[in-house]
This record gives sequence, structure tokens and C-alpha cells, in this order.
Amino acid sequence: MRPFERFRGVVMPLDRANVDTDAIIPKQFLKSIHRTGFGPNLFDEWRYLDHGEPGQDCANRPLNPDFVLNDPRYANAEILLTRRNFGCGSSREHAPWALADHGFRVLLAPSFADIFHQNAIKNGLLPIVLDEAVIDSLFARAGGEQPLQIDVDLEAQQLRPSVGEPIAFPIDAFHRHCLINGLDDIGLTLQHAPEIAAYEQRRREQAPWLFASAVSA
Amino acid sequence: MAGHSDQPRTLFDKIWDDHVVRTDEHGTALLYIDRQLVHEVTSPQAFEGLRLAGRKPRRPEANLAVPDHNVPTSDRHLGIVDPISRLQVETLEANCREFGIQLFDMGDPRQGIVHVIGPEQGLTHPGMTVVCGDSHTSTHGAFGALAFGVGTSEVEHVLATQCLLQRKPKSMLVSVEGELGPGVTAKDIVLAIIGEIGTAGGTGHVIEYAGDAIHALSMEGRMTVCNMSIEAGARAGLVGIDEHTIDYLRDRPRSPTGAEFERAAEYWRSLNSDPGADYDRVVRIDAASIRPQVTWGTSPEMVVPVDGAVPDPAEVADPVKATSYGHALTYMGLTPRTPIAEIAIDKVFIGSCTNGRIEDLRAAAAVAKGKQVAPSVKLAMVVPGSGLVKQQAEAEGLDRVFLDAGFEWREPGCSMCLAMNADRLEPGERCAATSNRNFEGRQGQGGRTHLVSPAMAAAAAVAGHFVDVRELEQ
Repeated sequence: MRPFERFRGVVMPLDRANVDTDAIIPKQFLKSIHRTGFGPNLFDEWRYLDHGEPGQDCANRPLNPDFVLNDPRYANAEILLTRRNFGCGSSREHAPWALADHGFRVLLAPSFADIFHQNAIKNGLLPIVLDEAVIDSLFARAGGEQPLQIDVDLEAQQLRPSVGEPIAFPIDAFHRHCLINGLDDIGLTLQHAPEIAAYEQRRREQAPWLFASAVSA
Repeated sequence: MAGHSDQPRTLFDKIWDDHVVRTDEHGTALLYIDRQLVHEVTSPQAFEGLRLAGRKPRRPEANLAVPDHNVPTSDRHLGIVDPISRLQVETLEANCREFGIQLFDMGDPRQGIVHVIGPEQGLTHPGMTVVCGDSHTSTHGAFGALAFGVGTSEVEHVLATQCLLQRKPKSMLVSVEGELGPGVTAKDIVLAIIGEIGTAGGTGHVIEYAGDAIHALSMEGRMTVCNMSIEAGARAGLVGIDEHTIDYLRDRPRSPTGAEFERAAEYWRSLNSDPGADYDRVVRIDAASIRPQVTWGTSPEMVVPVDGAVPDPAEVADPVKATSYGHALTYMGLTPRTPIAEIAIDKVFIGSCTNGRIEDLRAAAAVAKGKQVAPSVKLAMVVPGSGLVKQQAEAEGLDRVFLDAGFEWREPGCSMCLAMNADRLEPGERCAATSNRNFEGRQGQGGRTHLVSPAMAAAAAVAGHFVDVRELEQ
């Protein structure tokens, strides 16, 4: 995973609550067996006027001019500002893959669905939870002629908007550590292989049935 | 099972404590995972990750794989026609061969929806940790297992290490007290809970369902309730162990046998919350007040009783919610204040990991028996949750009941719950569905989904519009 470095980016406001994973990346694109290439189908049903299928060249598809992602002001947006319960629905990691593939690096919302939040962190995407009032005030600033920009400093846990006061944000210490250092979770866990083996041995004595095979005889 | 202080603990605390391998300086636990179920959609990139890093599954025998999302529900002998779907299923088969993981393939009578076959095979035991790259893994919590959905990176992490890095979630008790009225089912309970606490009500929590009305449910009913914990925002739902749980597990293919079963059962009986255990949040619901539920919008929290009406956004105080209601009504093609019973439907879908079990099919068949699907309904389909559910239903003659009434009787799979295979709604079509999500486009782009119980879906099929199943002549 690429280490998360401080950057300044444009904010795209998506003024909807409960944006679900089916909206972020519709099911037909889940048939891919790869991790990349989902960006052109991010928010597919809102973004295009036709029905999308995997393998299509999206460059020639009719765009929905009313959808914010197609607004030229936000063409290079790296920060997504949205409403409560973003990412609810399925566990599909294709949702953060699509957001990251499109170029988003930070998500701002009053709350995120649990599995989506976890999946975002695993992909170097930073979900930041802010008070509803702070989110409201960012929406008020983000829709102008000049798009709002924010300097995102994970090290200092601070957002510095181009308009307005700096905003402190909370983040789990372990998540911050992993994002800043671009750490591979599996590598970290495998360092504890002897403890896992000791746990297994202890558990096998207490509850041997848990170690019966899932494979039929 | 290890010695613990006298502090009363919840069921969730007990399972959690039994699975912590270590805790780091940030308070993140390395949690041991006993069982992983694998399907074709969320696993290919996990296996690819293992391959790229030169890693092997730590305990291949702790996993079971099955294709369910992409499989066709008719003409299965023809294989999968869509080449992209086919490649995904073939990739699962190849990965299982390469990494030594057992697979129930499309031709296996035990194939079905991953959350139906796990319990059916006796692979889910009380006190286990169970994961799958699928948010409806919460289903397995009906057995007093800590079961939750994970993303593909975590699928890979479990394959490689048999563990996950987790922060302990908070706990919530949802107690459904008293007795359900006639015609009211597990599905209505869980939809009513979601209507009460909202789709983010359980975020960051594990929900324990308790109360007389929950323990009066069969294991199938408890699975329906736990299944939709994720629609209430909770990654996991749990029900404490009672004799229903133990009876269900007896003689399942992968349950322990003989003396070992009795030893396991003794441990399982200890898996209930201690009196006086603390929860971060407690919600109490009066079972008698729950009526058959119908969702009207594009989020499962947009739900009303069948004798209610579509709400008016103008009467909603919260501006964010009022906007969502407005979007939902436009998408659903509904007018505020329309009585639910006046909403006509085009299609009916009975099945899914929420309501594709034998009891669900029996409930739907009891309503459909001797009646006919309304001529205005273009398609009414019944999709059993697994090959074994299908066999059982056929042995009971339920297939004949459905076919005689004009329903289609299909092969097992996820089907029109999420329309990854050929079963889907056309734009603008309205469906009474026993599945779990009414999101925009969920059952097909432009499709309109109303979530209901199996009996309510069958009743809607016969009437051509929603009706209160309690008012039908049996």
C-alpha cells in the first residue's frame, strides 16, 4: 500500500445520505476478477444516461449533466464530501477500489458504514468522520464558482480548508499508523505466527470440534 | 472457556474473549477466525494476492467455497451463458483446486447460497467466529456465533493467517418482548427493528437479539432476523443458545458426533449473556405491536406496516431525511399518502439468504395453495436457498403448489436479490421481494423493490398488489 502523504485537493460535494455500495459500483462490474479498472464505472447509474456493462468503452457513453461527478469544477477532485451512513450495503471492496481508481483519496462524512470504512482503510483511502454541523458548513462552502480545496494533514490530524478555520479530526491510532506507513496488514500479522500457533494449540485442547475439517470425508 | 473475572459478560464478550490471540498497543485485537465461507464474487482478488505474495492458506480445511451470486436459476445444464460470469465461477474452481479448498460446485446437490448452506451443513457452531466476503454473514449469528462480513483484503488476511485485526465493537441489546400476532413473521420483526433504529442505528455495534418473541422463533426465523442486522448498520447479530439451537445442530453433516457432540453442547449451553451484563445501548420492542411490514423507498428503514401509507416528505422535520424521502419517492414512482395496499406490482421474488429456507417456502406455499398468480403479475419466481432446500420442498410437494398457482420454480442461488445473473427487473418494474435490500438498481437498473415476508410476497402475487396477509381466507 502507498503511504498516505499530506496533500491539497479539490472537494466534490455529493449531497446524499445513505449512499450504498450498489450506487458506488453496480453489481454487473463485480464480475471482474481484478482489483483495478473500476474508476470509469464509479457511480455508474447516476453518472451515465445509458445502462453500463463491463468491458464497455465509457469514453463514448452519454453523461448525465446533472450528476456532480460530471461537473467540470470537480474534474480532478480528490476529496469526496458526503452525508451520513456512506458506503452502507454490501461488503464489496470494489466500492473503495472504484473510488480510489477514480482518484479519490479522502472521504468526509458524518458517518460511514462499518465494513466500507474498514475496506477503505485497507486501500489507503482515508475516511474522516466529522460532526454533522461541520459537514453542513463544508457543503455551504463547497458549491461555489471556485471549488473548495482542503489541505489534508493526517500526521497532524488536521484539515485546512481554502476558506475557513482549520478542522481537527479523530482517527484510530492503528489505522493512522498503517496509512502513514503504507503497511501491509498480512505481513504485520504474520510476525505473530508463533502466538497464533500457541492459540491454536490451546484451543484445540479446549474445543477440538472447532478443528474438525470443513471438508467432507 | 478460559477463566475470567466475575464481571457479568454478554454473549458477545464471551465469544470475543475466547478468540483474542493478542492485543497491540493501540488496543487492536488479533482475532482468531474459526470458519471462512468463500464465494466467487469477493474472492478472486484475495487468491491473486496470496499468489503474488507466495503465501498459502494457513488452514485450507477451515474454509468452504460455493458459487452462488452468478449461477443461473434455470437451464443449468447449459452452464453459465454470460462469459464474464462464467469466468468468475471458473476462477473460483481453479483457485479452490490450487489452494486445496473444498468447493460445492454448480452440479453438487449441496450447492446454494453461502449463508443457507453453512448452517445446513452444520458448519456454523455456537461460539465460533465466522467470516465471509459478504455482508449477510451476520445470518450465522442465529447460532450464537460471532459472524460478520469482510472485504476482499480481509478474505485474503484470513486465508493467510486465520486471523483478523479488529477493534472490539460496542454492544446493543434488541429485546423483542411478548408474543407476535398471527401472520407476523421474523421478517416483519427485523424490518420493524430497522424502521425503529434506522439503517445506521447499529453502526459500530454487535446486536444481540433477545426476548420471548426471538426465542419463540425457529432457527430459520432467527437466521432471517440476524441476516438483516447489516441493514440496521451492525456487522453482526447474535441470538443466545437454547435447545432449538442444539436440536438444529444434532446430526448435521459437519456437526460433532457422539460424545464430542455432548461435550460441545455443554459448552454451547454456556453461551448466553450473564444476568446483569452491560450493553452500550438497549432497545425494547413490543412484539404484539408489530404488523406485517412493507418497504416503500430505497433504504430498508423506509418501511411502514401494510395498513399504512407512503409518507409525505413535507412532514419530515430532518432536512437530510426529507431530501432522501423525496429522492426515494421519485425513484419509486410513488405519490405521498398512497395506501400501501393500493400499490400494484409487476414481479414477485421469493428467495435469498434472508428468506430462501424451507420454512420460508412453506409459509409462501400456504398462502399460494389453491390460488392463482394475478394476470397482471408478469413473473412470480421461487428460488430455493440451496439444492437441499429444493429437494426438501419437492419432497413436501411445495413445488407443485407453486407451479399450480402459476409461480416459476427455479434452481438455487442469489438470483434476483442482486441480479448478477440473468434474473432481474426491467426499468420501472415493481417487485415484491423477500430479499434484504431495496436500494436503487439493486434488482436491475431502474427496478423498484418492496421488501416483505414470504407470506406477504405470495399474497401480493395472488392479489396483484400488496394485501394484509392476516386478512386472507386460508
